[in-house]
Amino acid sequence: MNIDSIRNGIVIDHIQAKKGMEIYHALNLGELDCSVAIITNAKSKKMGRKDIIKIDKSIDLDMDILGYIDPNITINIIKNDERTEKYHVELPKEIVNIIKCKNPRCITSTENELQQIFVLTDKEKKAYRCKYCETLKED
Amino acid sequence: MRNLIDIKDLTVEEIDELITVAKDVMQSPEKYAEKCKHKTLATLFFEPSTRTRLSFEAAMLELGGNVLGFSEAASSSTAKGESVSDTIKVVGGYSNIIAMRHPKEGAPLVASLKSDVPIINAGDGGHNHPTQTLTDLLTISCEKGRLDNLTIGLCGDLKFGRTVHSLITAMVRYSNIKFVLISPEELKIPEYIKEEILEKNHIEYIETSDIEEHMDKLDILYMTRVQKERFFNEEDYVRLKDYYILNKSKLEKAKSDLAILHPLPRVNEIATEVDDDPRACYFKQARYGKFIRMALILKLLEIK
Repeated sequence: MNIDSIRNGIVIDHIQAKKGMEIYHALNLGELDCSVAIITNAKSKKMGRKDIIKIDKSIDLDMDILGYIDPNITINIIKNDERTEKYHVELPKEIVNIIKCKNPRCITSTENELQQIFVLTDKEKKAYRCKYCETLKED
Repeated sequence: MRNLIDIKDLTVEEIDELITVAKDVMQSPEKYAEKCKHKTLATLFFEPSTRTRLSFEAAMLELGGNVLGFSEAASSSTAKGESVSDTIKVVGGYSNIIAMRHPKEGAPLVASLKSDVPIINAGDGGHNHPTQTLTDLLTISCEKGRLDNLTIGLCGDLKFGRTVHSLITAMVRYSNIKFVLISPEELKIPEYIKEEILEKNHIEYIETSDIEEHMDKLDILYMTRVQKERFFNEEDYVRLKDYYILNKSKLEKAKSDLAILHPLPRVNEIATEVDDDPRACYFKQARYGKFIRMALILKLLEIK
Protein backbone atom coordinates (compact mmCIF):
# COMPACT_ATOMS: atom_id res chain seq x y z
CA MET A 1 0.00 0.00 0.00
CA ASN A 2 1.33 3.43 -0.88
CA ILE A 3 0.76 6.61 1.01
CA ASP A 4 2.04 9.80 -0.52
CA SER A 5 5.20 11.13 1.06
CA ILE A 6 4.96 14.54 2.69
CA ARG A 7 6.81 17.64 1.65
CA ASN A 8 6.76 19.54 4.92
CA GLY A 9 5.57 17.92 8.10
CA ILE A 10 6.12 15.20 10.68
CA VAL A 11 6.31 11.42 10.57
CA ILE A 12 5.70 9.67 13.87
CA ASP A 13 7.31 6.29 13.36
CA HIS A 14 7.87 3.05 15.29
CA ILE A 15 4.55 3.30 17.11
CA GLN A 16 3.62 0.02 18.72
CA ALA A 17 1.09 -1.70 16.42
CA LYS A 18 -2.54 -0.73 17.18
CA LYS A 19 -1.54 2.32 19.22
CA GLY A 20 -1.77 4.77 16.32
CA MET A 21 -5.38 5.72 16.93
CA GLU A 22 -4.72 6.31 20.63
CA ILE A 23 -2.00 8.78 19.70
CA TYR A 24 -4.20 10.37 17.03
CA HIS A 25 -6.85 11.10 19.67
CA ALA A 26 -4.42 12.04 22.46
CA LEU A 27 -2.73 14.66 20.23
CA ASN A 28 -6.09 15.92 18.90
CA LEU A 29 -4.88 15.37 15.33
CA GLY A 30 -8.48 15.24 14.14
CA GLU A 31 -8.71 18.98 14.73
CA LEU A 32 -5.89 19.85 12.32
CA ASP A 33 -6.74 21.45 8.96
CA CYS A 34 -4.19 19.36 7.04
CA SER A 35 -3.96 15.75 5.83
CA VAL A 36 -3.14 13.18 8.46
CA ALA A 37 -2.44 9.55 7.50
CA ILE A 38 -2.54 6.71 9.99
CA ILE A 39 -0.94 3.52 8.78
CA THR A 40 -1.59 0.56 11.03
CA ASN A 41 0.03 -2.86 11.06
CA ALA A 42 2.82 -1.85 8.68
CA LYS A 43 5.65 -4.37 8.34
CA SER A 44 8.74 -3.49 10.36
CA LYS A 45 12.13 -5.22 10.45
CA LYS A 46 12.70 -4.09 14.01
CA MET A 47 9.22 -4.50 15.45
CA GLY A 48 7.44 -7.05 13.27
CA ARG A 49 4.40 -4.76 12.97
CA LYS A 50 4.11 -1.07 13.69
CA ASP A 51 1.89 1.97 13.24
CA ILE A 52 2.96 5.21 11.54
CA ILE A 53 1.33 8.64 11.53
CA LYS A 54 2.11 11.21 8.84
CA ILE A 55 1.12 14.82 9.40
CA ASP A 56 1.24 17.10 6.37
CA LYS A 57 2.20 20.20 8.35
CA SER A 58 4.77 21.29 10.94
CA ILE A 59 3.10 21.45 14.34
CA ASP A 60 4.21 21.48 17.97
CA LEU A 61 3.84 17.97 19.35
CA ASP A 62 3.21 17.25 23.02
CA MET A 63 6.26 15.07 23.60
CA ASP A 64 5.15 14.17 27.14
CA ILE A 65 1.96 12.56 25.85
CA LEU A 66 3.87 10.70 23.15
CA GLY A 67 6.54 9.51 25.58
CA TYR A 68 3.93 8.40 28.07
CA ILE A 69 1.89 6.42 25.51
CA ASP A 70 4.87 4.83 23.82
CA PRO A 71 8.48 5.73 24.72
CA ASN A 72 9.86 3.82 21.70
CA ILE A 73 8.40 6.21 19.14
CA THR A 74 10.69 8.13 16.77
CA ILE A 75 9.86 11.54 15.35
CA ASN A 76 11.01 12.59 11.88
CA ILE A 77 10.80 16.21 10.78
CA ILE A 78 10.45 16.63 7.03
CA LYS A 79 11.36 19.86 5.23
CA ASN A 80 11.29 20.20 1.45
CA ASP A 81 11.02 16.43 1.02
CA GLU A 82 14.11 15.85 3.15
CA ARG A 83 14.29 14.43 6.66
CA THR A 84 16.04 17.21 8.56
CA GLU A 85 15.71 15.86 12.09
CA LYS A 86 15.11 12.50 13.74
CA TYR A 87 14.76 12.00 17.46
CA HIS A 88 13.42 9.60 20.05
CA VAL A 89 10.85 10.44 22.65
CA GLU A 90 11.43 9.63 26.31
CA LEU A 91 9.26 8.74 29.25
CA PRO A 92 8.26 12.14 30.65
CA LYS A 93 9.39 12.92 34.19
CA GLU A 94 5.97 14.31 34.96
CA ILE A 95 2.58 13.92 33.30
CA VAL A 96 -0.05 16.56 33.87
CA ASN A 97 -3.81 16.09 33.45
CA ILE A 98 -3.50 12.94 31.35
CA ILE A 99 -4.53 10.39 33.93
CA LYS A 100 -6.57 10.75 37.12
CA CYS A 101 -5.62 9.50 40.59
CA LYS A 102 -7.93 6.68 41.64
CA ASN A 103 -7.15 6.80 45.36
CA PRO A 104 -10.42 7.92 47.03
CA ARG A 105 -8.36 9.31 49.93
CA CYS A 106 -6.26 11.57 47.66
CA ILE A 107 -6.75 15.34 48.00
CA THR A 108 -7.41 15.51 44.23
CA SER A 109 -10.62 13.51 44.81
CA THR A 110 -12.21 16.46 46.60
CA GLU A 111 -10.39 19.55 45.32
CA ASN A 112 -11.27 19.50 41.66
CA GLU A 113 -9.26 22.56 40.63
CA LEU A 114 -5.98 20.75 41.35
CA GLN A 115 -3.97 19.53 38.39
CA GLN A 116 -3.61 15.75 38.18
CA ILE A 117 0.15 15.30 38.30
CA PHE A 118 1.95 11.96 38.12
CA VAL A 119 5.71 11.69 38.64
CA LEU A 120 8.01 9.04 37.13
CA THR A 121 9.50 7.10 40.06
CA ASP A 122 10.95 4.03 38.32
CA LYS A 123 12.05 4.35 34.71
CA GLU A 124 12.61 0.62 34.17
CA LYS A 125 9.17 -0.33 35.42
CA LYS A 126 7.51 2.73 33.85
CA ALA A 127 6.13 3.47 37.31
CA TYR A 128 4.31 6.74 37.87
CA ARG A 129 3.03 7.87 41.25
CA CYS A 130 0.54 10.60 42.09
CA LYS A 131 2.47 13.70 43.16
CA TYR A 132 0.12 14.25 46.11
CA CYS A 133 -0.65 10.83 47.62
CA GLU A 134 2.07 8.73 45.88
CA THR A 135 -0.45 6.13 44.74
CA LEU A 136 0.92 4.05 41.87
CA LYS A 137 -0.74 4.51 38.51
CA GLU A 138 -2.63 1.38 37.55
CA ASP A 139 -2.12 -0.08 34.09
CA MET B 1 11.42 28.89 52.84
CA ARG B 2 11.37 25.26 53.96
CA ASN B 3 8.44 22.94 54.65
CA LEU B 4 8.32 19.44 56.11
CA ILE B 5 5.88 17.33 54.11
CA ASP B 6 7.73 14.03 53.88
CA ILE B 7 10.61 12.70 56.01
CA LYS B 8 12.63 12.46 52.76
CA ASP B 9 12.56 16.28 52.62
CA LEU B 10 15.29 16.20 55.27
CA THR B 11 18.84 14.96 54.69
CA VAL B 12 20.52 12.68 57.23
CA GLU B 13 22.67 15.67 58.27
CA GLU B 14 19.59 17.81 58.86
CA ILE B 15 17.99 15.07 60.95
CA ASP B 16 21.20 14.78 63.00
CA GLU B 17 21.14 18.54 63.47
CA LEU B 18 17.49 18.44 64.68
CA ILE B 19 18.32 15.62 67.11
CA THR B 20 21.28 17.61 68.48
CA VAL B 21 19.11 20.71 69.01
CA ALA B 22 16.31 18.62 70.61
CA LYS B 23 18.81 17.10 73.05
CA ASP B 24 20.11 20.56 73.88
CA VAL B 25 16.55 21.78 74.51
CA MET B 26 16.06 18.86 76.91
CA GLN B 27 19.27 19.72 78.72
CA SER B 28 18.91 23.51 78.87
CA PRO B 29 15.23 24.46 78.27
CA GLU B 30 15.77 27.96 79.70
CA LYS B 31 18.03 28.84 76.74
CA TYR B 32 15.08 28.34 74.41
CA ALA B 33 12.27 29.87 76.52
CA GLU B 34 12.01 33.06 74.45
CA LYS B 35 13.33 31.99 71.07
CA CYS B 36 9.90 32.27 69.41
CA LYS B 37 8.65 35.34 71.22
CA HIS B 38 6.14 37.20 69.01
CA LYS B 39 5.89 34.23 66.65
CA THR B 40 2.65 32.31 66.16
CA LEU B 41 2.07 28.68 65.27
CA ALA B 42 -1.27 27.79 63.70
CA THR B 43 -2.40 24.21 64.28
CA LEU B 44 -4.92 23.34 61.59
CA PHE B 45 -6.34 19.94 62.47
CA PHE B 46 -8.97 18.94 59.93
CA GLU B 47 -9.01 15.54 61.66
CA PRO B 48 -8.96 14.99 65.43
CA SER B 49 -5.72 14.17 67.24
CA THR B 50 -4.71 14.57 70.84
CA ARG B 51 -1.01 14.08 71.24
CA THR B 52 0.23 15.47 67.97
CA ARG B 53 -1.70 18.73 68.28
CA LEU B 54 -0.93 19.16 71.97
CA SER B 55 2.76 18.40 71.48
CA PHE B 56 2.97 21.02 68.71
CA GLU B 57 1.23 23.55 70.91
CA ALA B 58 3.36 22.67 73.96
CA ALA B 59 6.47 22.95 71.78
CA MET B 60 5.58 26.47 70.59
CA LEU B 61 4.52 27.62 74.06
CA GLU B 62 7.81 26.40 75.56
CA LEU B 63 9.64 28.40 72.91
CA GLY B 64 7.81 31.50 74.13
CA GLY B 65 5.52 31.71 71.09
CA ASN B 66 1.75 31.81 70.63
CA VAL B 67 -0.64 29.27 69.21
CA LEU B 68 -3.97 29.43 67.45
CA GLY B 69 -5.99 27.02 65.35
CA PHE B 70 -8.82 24.54 65.24
CA SER B 71 -9.05 20.86 66.13
CA GLU B 72 -11.70 19.55 63.76
CA ALA B 73 -12.89 20.39 60.27
CA ALA B 74 -16.42 21.11 61.52
CA SER B 75 -15.16 24.25 63.30
CA SER B 76 -13.34 25.60 60.23
CA SER B 77 -14.53 27.05 56.92
CA THR B 78 -13.90 23.67 55.30
CA ALA B 79 -17.35 22.78 56.57
CA LYS B 80 -18.60 25.59 54.29
CA GLY B 81 -16.68 24.16 51.33
CA GLU B 82 -13.49 26.25 51.47
CA SER B 83 -10.49 24.70 49.68
CA VAL B 84 -7.24 23.84 51.46
CA SER B 85 -5.42 26.45 49.36
CA ASP B 86 -7.79 29.25 50.42
CA THR B 87 -7.68 28.27 54.11
CA ILE B 88 -3.89 28.27 54.03
CA LYS B 89 -3.63 31.66 52.33
CA VAL B 90 -5.88 33.17 54.99
CA VAL B 91 -4.23 31.51 57.99
CA GLY B 92 -0.77 32.42 56.65
CA GLY B 93 -1.77 36.03 57.30
CA TYR B 94 -2.29 35.31 61.00
CA SER B 95 0.67 33.04 61.73
CA ASN B 96 4.38 32.49 61.08
CA ILE B 97 4.26 28.71 60.72
CA ILE B 98 1.48 26.13 60.22
CA ALA B 99 1.18 22.54 61.45
CA MET B 100 -1.55 20.79 59.53
CA ARG B 101 -3.34 17.44 59.80
CA HIS B 102 -5.79 16.47 57.10
CA PRO B 103 -7.64 13.24 56.29
CA LYS B 104 -6.91 13.60 52.57
CA GLU B 105 -3.54 12.34 51.38
CA GLY B 106 -1.41 15.06 49.81
CA ALA B 107 -3.34 17.97 51.39
CA PRO B 108 -0.23 19.35 53.19
CA LEU B 109 1.69 19.30 49.90
CA VAL B 110 -1.10 21.32 48.27
CA ALA B 111 -0.93 23.71 51.23
CA SER B 112 2.84 24.10 50.91
CA LEU B 113 2.53 25.03 47.24
CA LYS B 114 0.23 27.94 48.12
CA SER B 115 1.55 29.04 51.49
CA ASP B 116 3.62 32.09 52.36
CA VAL B 117 4.73 30.52 55.66
CA PRO B 118 6.35 27.11 56.38
CA ILE B 119 4.00 24.12 56.47
CA ILE B 120 4.55 21.08 58.68
CA ASN B 121 2.66 17.93 57.77
CA ALA B 122 1.17 16.67 61.04
CA GLY B 123 -0.33 13.62 59.31
CA ASP B 124 -2.24 13.21 56.03
CA GLY B 125 -4.52 10.16 56.11
CA GLY B 126 -2.58 6.93 55.80
CA HIS B 127 0.20 8.66 53.87
CA ASN B 128 2.88 10.59 55.80
CA HIS B 129 3.53 11.65 59.37
CA PRO B 130 7.10 12.97 59.35
CA THR B 131 7.13 14.48 62.85
CA GLN B 132 6.22 11.07 64.28
CA THR B 133 9.23 9.67 62.44
CA LEU B 134 11.45 12.44 63.83
CA THR B 135 10.08 11.57 67.28
CA ASP B 136 10.94 7.90 66.71
CA LEU B 137 14.45 8.79 65.56
CA LEU B 138 15.08 11.01 68.60
CA THR B 139 13.77 8.24 70.88
CA ILE B 140 16.07 5.66 69.29
CA SER B 141 19.03 8.05 69.45
CA CYS B 142 18.39 8.85 73.14
CA GLU B 143 17.60 5.28 74.23
CA LYS B 144 20.18 3.39 72.17
CA GLY B 145 22.82 6.10 71.74
CA ARG B 146 22.98 5.48 67.99
CA LEU B 147 20.95 5.30 64.79
CA ASP B 148 23.11 2.69 63.04
CA ASN B 149 23.90 -0.99 63.74
CA LEU B 150 20.38 -1.84 64.87
CA THR B 151 17.99 -4.74 64.41
CA ILE B 152 14.51 -3.31 64.44
CA GLY B 153 11.35 -5.37 64.92
CA LEU B 154 8.22 -3.77 63.48
CA CYS B 155 5.07 -5.44 64.73
CA GLY B 156 1.35 -5.21 63.98
CA ASP B 157 -0.25 -3.41 61.08
CA LEU B 158 2.58 -3.10 58.59
CA LYS B 159 0.20 -2.68 55.65
CA PHE B 160 -1.61 0.53 56.55
CA GLY B 161 0.76 1.78 59.26
CA ARG B 162 2.16 5.05 57.92
CA THR B 163 4.52 5.38 60.91
CA VAL B 164 6.11 2.06 59.99
CA HIS B 165 6.57 3.02 56.33
CA SER B 166 8.12 6.37 57.22
CA LEU B 167 10.39 4.84 59.87
CA ILE B 168 11.69 2.28 57.36
CA THR B 169 12.26 5.07 54.81
CA ALA B 170 14.24 7.06 57.36
CA MET B 171 16.25 4.18 58.85
CA VAL B 172 17.53 2.66 55.60
CA ARG B 173 19.79 5.70 55.24
CA TYR B 174 21.87 4.56 58.25
CA SER B 175 24.42 1.74 58.10
CA ASN B 176 23.89 -1.86 59.15
CA ILE B 177 20.16 -1.69 59.79
CA LYS B 178 18.17 -4.92 59.77
CA PHE B 179 14.42 -5.36 60.05
CA VAL B 180 12.21 -8.12 61.43
CA LEU B 181 8.73 -7.53 60.00
CA ILE B 182 6.12 -9.14 62.26
CA SER B 183 2.52 -9.12 61.06
CA PRO B 184 -0.44 -11.35 60.27
CA GLU B 185 -0.65 -12.37 56.61
CA GLU B 186 -3.37 -9.78 55.86
CA LEU B 187 -1.35 -6.87 57.24
CA LYS B 188 2.05 -7.63 55.68
CA ILE B 189 4.26 -4.80 54.50
CA PRO B 190 3.29 -3.67 50.96
CA GLU B 191 5.36 -5.04 48.08
CA TYR B 192 6.43 -1.57 46.98
CA ILE B 193 8.07 -0.89 50.35
CA LYS B 194 10.03 -4.11 49.98
CA GLU B 195 10.99 -3.50 46.37
CA GLU B 196 11.50 0.25 46.26
CA ILE B 197 12.99 0.82 49.73
CA LEU B 198 14.33 -2.35 51.39
CA GLU B 199 15.65 -4.23 48.38
CA LYS B 200 16.81 -1.13 46.52
CA ASN B 201 18.96 -0.20 49.55
CA HIS B 202 20.16 -3.81 50.08
CA ILE B 203 18.60 -3.98 53.55
CA GLU B 204 18.39 -7.36 55.27
CA TYR B 205 14.88 -8.23 56.44
CA ILE B 206 12.87 -11.18 57.68
CA GLU B 207 9.09 -11.52 57.51
CA THR B 208 7.32 -13.54 60.17
CA SER B 209 3.96 -13.78 61.86
CA ASP B 210 5.46 -14.99 65.17
CA ILE B 211 6.36 -12.17 67.55
CA GLU B 212 8.62 -14.38 69.72
CA GLU B 213 10.58 -16.10 66.94
CA HIS B 214 13.28 -13.42 66.60
CA MET B 215 12.73 -11.55 69.88
CA ASP B 216 16.26 -12.36 71.12
CA LYS B 217 17.84 -10.50 68.15
CA LEU B 218 15.99 -7.20 68.50
CA ASP B 219 17.47 -3.89 69.65
CA ILE B 220 14.18 -2.06 69.02
CA LEU B 221 10.63 -3.43 69.06
CA TYR B 222 8.22 -0.97 67.42
CA MET B 223 4.62 -1.95 68.18
CA THR B 224 1.70 -0.50 66.22
CA ARG B 225 -2.04 -0.39 66.65
CA VAL B 226 -4.39 -1.97 64.13
CA GLN B 227 -6.28 1.17 63.11
CA LYS B 228 -10.02 0.80 62.83
CA GLU B 229 -10.29 3.80 60.51
CA ARG B 230 -8.17 2.06 57.83
CA PHE B 231 -10.61 -0.85 57.44
CA PHE B 232 -13.66 -0.85 55.22
CA ASN B 233 -14.83 -4.11 56.78
CA GLU B 234 -15.59 -4.25 60.54
CA GLU B 235 -15.26 -8.05 60.58
CA ASP B 236 -11.61 -7.93 59.42
CA TYR B 237 -10.81 -5.29 62.01
CA VAL B 238 -12.30 -7.33 64.88
CA ARG B 239 -10.42 -10.45 63.76
CA LEU B 240 -7.03 -8.71 63.51
CA LYS B 241 -7.05 -6.07 66.25
CA ASP B 242 -5.86 -8.36 69.06
CA TYR B 243 -3.54 -10.52 66.95
CA TYR B 244 -0.48 -9.40 68.94
CA ILE B 245 -0.55 -8.52 72.59
CA LEU B 246 2.92 -7.88 73.96
CA ASN B 247 3.17 -9.08 77.56
CA LYS B 248 5.92 -10.02 80.01
CA SER B 249 6.11 -13.65 78.94
CA LYS B 250 6.66 -12.72 75.26
CA LEU B 251 9.61 -10.58 76.38
CA GLU B 252 11.36 -13.46 78.17
CA LYS B 253 13.99 -13.97 75.49
CA ALA B 254 14.41 -10.27 74.70
CA LYS B 255 17.69 -8.42 75.21
CA SER B 256 18.05 -6.56 78.49
CA ASP B 257 18.60 -3.30 76.60
CA LEU B 258 15.73 -3.70 74.14
CA ALA B 259 13.76 -0.47 73.61
CA ILE B 260 10.00 -0.92 73.14
CA LEU B 261 8.42 1.89 71.12
CA HIS B 262 4.82 2.64 70.14
CA PRO B 263 3.53 5.78 68.41
CA LEU B 264 0.42 5.68 70.68
CA PRO B 265 -2.48 5.62 71.28
CA ARG B 266 -2.34 1.99 72.33
CA VAL B 267 -5.45 -0.13 72.53
CA ASN B 268 -4.66 -3.74 73.51
CA GLU B 269 -1.39 -4.43 71.71
CA ILE B 270 0.82 -3.83 74.76
CA ALA B 271 -0.41 -5.23 78.08
CA THR B 272 -0.26 -2.64 80.86
CA GLU B 273 1.99 -5.01 82.85
CA VAL B 274 4.78 -4.06 80.41
CA ASP B 275 4.54 -0.36 81.30
CA ASP B 276 6.76 -0.77 84.38
CA ASP B 277 9.43 -2.67 82.47
CA PRO B 278 12.51 -0.43 82.10
CA ARG B 279 12.56 -1.37 78.40
CA ALA B 280 9.16 0.27 77.81
CA CYS B 281 9.96 3.61 76.17
CA TYR B 282 6.60 4.61 74.65
CA PHE B 283 5.59 7.23 77.19
CA LYS B 284 9.08 8.74 77.07
CA GLN B 285 8.74 8.66 73.27
CA ALA B 286 5.63 10.88 73.51
CA ARG B 287 7.65 13.37 75.57
CA TYR B 288 10.52 13.32 73.08
CA GLY B 289 7.92 14.33 70.47
CA LYS B 290 7.63 17.78 72.01
CA PHE B 291 11.40 18.38 71.98
CA ILE B 292 11.92 17.35 68.37
CA ARG B 293 9.00 19.57 67.32
CA MET B 294 10.64 22.48 69.17
CA ALA B 295 13.83 21.83 67.18
CA LEU B 296 11.82 21.61 63.95
CA ILE B 297 9.94 24.87 64.56
CA LEU B 298 13.25 26.65 65.19
CA LYS B 299 14.75 25.21 62.02
CA LEU B 300 11.83 26.10 59.76
CA LEU B 301 11.60 29.61 61.23
CA GLU B 302 15.38 29.88 60.76
CA ILE B 303 15.92 30.84 64.40
CA LYS B 304 19.34 29.89 65.78
